[in-house]
Amino acid sequence: MTQYLIEVRVKPRPGLLDPQGKAIHHALNSLGWTGVEDVRVGKTIYIDIEAESADEARTSVEEMCRKLLANPVTEDYEVLVVETAEGAAS
Amino acid sequence: MKVAVITFPGSNCDYDLYKAAQQVGGEASFVWHRERGLDGFDAVLLPGGFSYGDYLRPGAIARMSPIMEDVVAFADAGGPVLGICNGFQILCEAGLLPGALVRNDVLKFQSHDVFLKVERADTLFTSAYDEGQVVRIPIAHGDGNYEAERETLEMLEEEERIVFRYVDEHGHAVEEANPNGSWHNIAGIVNEAGNVLGMMPHPERAMEEILGSTDGEGVFRSMARSLSPAAT
Repeated sequence: MTQYLIEVRVKPRPGLLDPQGKAIHHALNSLGWTGVEDVRVGKTIYIDIEAESADEARTSVEEMCRKLLANPVTEDYEVLVVETAEGAAS
Repeated sequence: MKVAVITFPGSNCDYDLYKAAQQVGGEASFVWHRERGLDGFDAVLLPGGFSYGDYLRPGAIARMSPIMEDVVAFADAGGPVLGICNGFQILCEAGLLPGALVRNDVLKFQSHDVFLKVERADTLFTSAYDEGQVVRIPIAHGDGNYEAERETLEMLEEEERIVFRYVDEHGHAVEEANPNGSWHNIAGIVNEAGNVLGMMPHPERAMEEILGSTDGEGVFRSMARSLSPAAT
């Protein structure tokens, strides 16, 4: 068994109104960053997991996303294997 | 009518619901979220509040509570389930109702009275109202913006599953009357079978004149009437 660090990126689905992103967008504009065209706010979840392989770790976390971590109605997710106990993942 | 008020860590409208059920002659019991079994209950109420501090998403953790398996089975068997505010969010997360409730478009927690139009008076939760009746009931939420896939939203309209809509005092579903950006001013919906209702406004906080409105009583009177035919 190897320990993996998995990063889950949960983000609002395209087309869905993201009021938080909109508010931050306005704030950035008023700070002078007029070139900012869109801001969307998601969340990142870090999971330490033991698994036989990176693929197995990824498969488990994808199931976690479907069951709990993301709401398929409003959110998309991305699963990244960040590193193993031995160092950065390939 | 024997009702179960499910209590999660962070529920804060559980006592209001308990009292509302009693006020219409019902017998209420608190059921802690870690308990199992709903035998002997005629209805299940999921209270408002901030279960698990709204961590991850409102209702996302609560819906994993042990009792929720029984709530789903109870609903699947046709048992009446009413979820208010956080209860509505939990019902959506549990898949008993379609869609999801996301952050209010105004980004601000909304705590004030709203006018609602009773779009359906033929459900077991609304039979004490007249169809088209406008009632005044408080809201108190930060995440009440109803979202769903386009096809789902259209289906809700087609199947007339929108039970309550935010309106102005004349009953018009205008944009200014929408406190959170919900599609088509949706304030409450039922499932296909009609035995599961989720709503963001708080009828249990509009039960007494001294609190400003008694317009919420109809929800509980309707349930009592359907579930204990002897009482009126």
